[in-house]
Amino acid sequence: MTRLLASLFMALALVMPALAVQPDEVLDDPVLEQRARALSAEIRCLVCQNESIDESNAQLARDLRILVRERLVAGDSDQDVLDFLVARYGDFVLLRPPVNAQTALLWFGPAAVLVLATTFVLLRLRRRRTVTGAPAQLTDEEKKRVEALLRDGD
Amino acid sequence: MIVELGHYVLVLALVLAVVQSVLPFWGARTAEAGLMRIGDFTATVQFGFLSISFAALTYAYVVSDFSVLNVVQNSHSEKPMLFKVTGVWGNHEGSMLLWVLILGLFGAGIAWFGGNLPRTLKANVLSVQAWVTVAFLLFIILTSNPFERVLSAPAEGEDLNPILQDIGLAIHPPLLYLGYVGLSISFSFAIAALIEGRLDAAWARWVRPWTLAAWVFLTLGISMGSFWAYYELGWGGWWFWDPVENASFMPWLAATALLHSAIVMEKREALKIWTVLLAIIAFSLSLLGTFLVRSGVLTSVHAFATDPERGLFILLILLLFIGGGFALFAIRASELRNGGVFAPVSREGALVVNNLLLSVSTATVLLGTLYPLILEAFTGDKISVGPPFFNLTFGPLMIPLLIALPLGPLLAWKRGDLVTALHRVWWAAAASIVTLACVLALFGTDAWIKAVAIAVAAWVMLGAIAEPLARVKAFSSPIGDTARRLINLPRSAWGTTLAHFGVGVMVLGIVGVSAFESERITTVRPGDTVDVAGYEFTFEGMRPNTGPNYQEIIAGFTVREGGTVIANLEPSRRIYPARNFPTTEAGFHTVGFSQLYISPGDPTDDGGLVVRLYHKPLVTLIWIGTLIMSLGGLVSLMDRRLRIGAPQRAKRKAPAVPPGMEPAE
Repeated sequence: MTRLLASLFMALALVMPALAVQPDEVLDDPVLEQRARALSAEIRCLVCQNESIDESNAQLARDLRILVRERLVAGDSDQDVLDFLVARYGDFVLLRPPVNAQTALLWFGPAAVLVLATTFVLLRLRRRRTVTGAPAQLTDEEKKRVEALLRDGD
Repeated sequence: MIVELGHYVLVLALVLAVVQSVLPFWGARTAEAGLMRIGDFTATVQFGFLSISFAALTYAYVVSDFSVLNVVQNSHSEKPMLFKVTGVWGNHEGSMLLWVLILGLFGAGIAWFGGNLPRTLKANVLSVQAWVTVAFLLFIILTSNPFERVLSAPAEGEDLNPILQDIGLAIHPPLLYLGYVGLSISFSFAIAALIEGRLDAAWARWVRPWTLAAWVFLTLGISMGSFWAYYELGWGGWWFWDPVENASFMPWLAATALLHSAIVMEKREALKIWTVLLAIIAFSLSLLGTFLVRSGVLTSVHAFATDPERGLFILLILLLFIGGGFALFAIRASELRNGGVFAPVSREGALVVNNLLLSVSTATVLLGTLYPLILEAFTGDKISVGPPFFNLTFGPLMIPLLIALPLGPLLAWKRGDLVTALHRVWWAAAASIVTLACVLALFGTDAWIKAVAIAVAAWVMLGAIAEPLARVKAFSSPIGDTARRLINLPRSAWGTTLAHFGVGVMVLGIVGVSAFESERITTVRPGDTVDVAGYEFTFEGMRPNTGPNYQEIIAGFTVREGGTVIANLEPSRRIYPARNFPTTEAGFHTVGFSQLYISPGDPTDDGGLVVRLYHKPLVTLIWIGTLIMSLGGLVSLMDRRLRIGAPQRAKRKAPAVPPGMEPAE
């Protein structure tokens, strides 16, 4: 039994990556640790598929988590840490892309679409009201439709 | 032999699809009833052939026929039977076969239940549906043949990705595909209407139940996927804004918008052109999702195999249908006339706001998902667009939508009155404001975001109930009258109430787990007790266990609340020798709507275990909410009104459930 457990441990240890944040990484200072966790959620694990270093099991993610904590302990601000990582790995490391010429469309696109769509809808509504104007006499076709609607009920 | 039969009937299905893509269409042009009727026959037989083909592949999996490449690559003789069957679609080729099987099912559904459709419309719809089928059958037969044999059969298979060896695989993909592919019907109707240049309320009456059915499946499929990720991926996340998730979320958002605009079109003949466009967009997003996941442009647990040739093929399909759809729309849309006028403050106006916000949200998710791909293609620069982006852009769009949501159903058609509407929900608004004040008092003003979010959830839930209460004149007329009115409310009204209420429930779950989660990461030794949010987790030790095709270490935990044992949890770490692949099986226990969640990590050298312990408040409401939403959709599908177009069938005791609702094969 113990031998089986031991051999299973061995097998698991060989294939199993470490699991996200490890107890030995956690900082003693809860405020700093909180900042580290929040920062980690903004940093991409570069070797993973769309995972932040906070969630990732990869060794690189662990290295980066420890790095982030070291920088914070050394007194860096959150922005300093991010700047440091960007200098090393480029913008790719940021899950929240920076706002610049390249990403302007990304960041302002949704707002632009919202404004354009709203304007379009408002213009349509106004135009339609001026076109229709005062209630006119019902045409024969409309009368038929009224009758049909009344029949259908609801 | 059976495998060859499966391949053979697949080719026959293609031949039939080619016939169906031409003859009924031609019949509709030349008004030849005989040609138009052929579509019914081909759609039915085609579905039969696809079923046989799918059954043949399933058979190869069940008997572990390792002379079939697909079975070798994705199965194992010792795999439990359930996973042998679900493994059929747990890979690229098989999942595409499921895709066309469902496509065939929906096509046959039109043939069987479309008796009351205008003949030419039905013929055109069947032809358009066949165009899609031809494209995807060609794709399967030319690039992704699931029936390919190997020359010398190995003795054992390579097993299925262990993450996929879960009941989730039995449920999530079929539901999701029923949703994705179900939107093909809305697309076919839209294209057929554009071809005919005719579009009326009857069209919307027909499209709405199909879209609703697809929407119900899509809702269930996405929420099942979310729940699966929650318990299987190991740290209890339920939504990651992963491109693959977004790929399924975009059609959902578009389908939700489509449902609402189709109501306007059906009731008031307004928003016709927009509804047709949305129908094209919704299916285009389904196709885009299929492309993103199947082409290997994105790598994830969903992209079973990546192959540039396949990617190119799907891209061609994508361009053909999306490009063709939009081109046809551009040419013919001007010939369609919008009907009914309405004031800005009216039910129609509210539904326009709904569509506006949902469309912009869809565009936002689309932008965030494709931007890194496009930027890299043009400049070579790589950026990441992750959850922080979506939370910042998508989140704010949802707030006005949720605030407006309870008001919409209270406004009258054509010309509504906001004051009257507010008068009916003042108590819900008051209760929400009280909620806001209570949360602020409990957690301090720093927690204002949480407080607002909870108040919004309360507003949506109470507001959803306010509408039927106002309708039956609760509290202002005798109880007997109220009860009678309540019973006589149309099912579609119940559907609206349920679906909207479900949205509120889901929001409450999201807020609960996002804002109030407790987490402990620590190393435990046998006998250690860790406290998380008032629950004491005692680690009892580890023991090995051997499953059918894996070995595992089970970690025993006893959970106490105030000294009383409330649960024994046994999370485990597994290893699947066939692929030398580890998985984590989390342990969880539900308390009320909240969950306790244990994610075991690595054993340490000195007999300890690294472990993450969570208290996840109200987390189950996320999926309960989506279930209520789906239930709302189902109830609405049973509404009498959706069958008005089929009086003769109603007399014949027709099934109350429209064809899309039947379970897949």
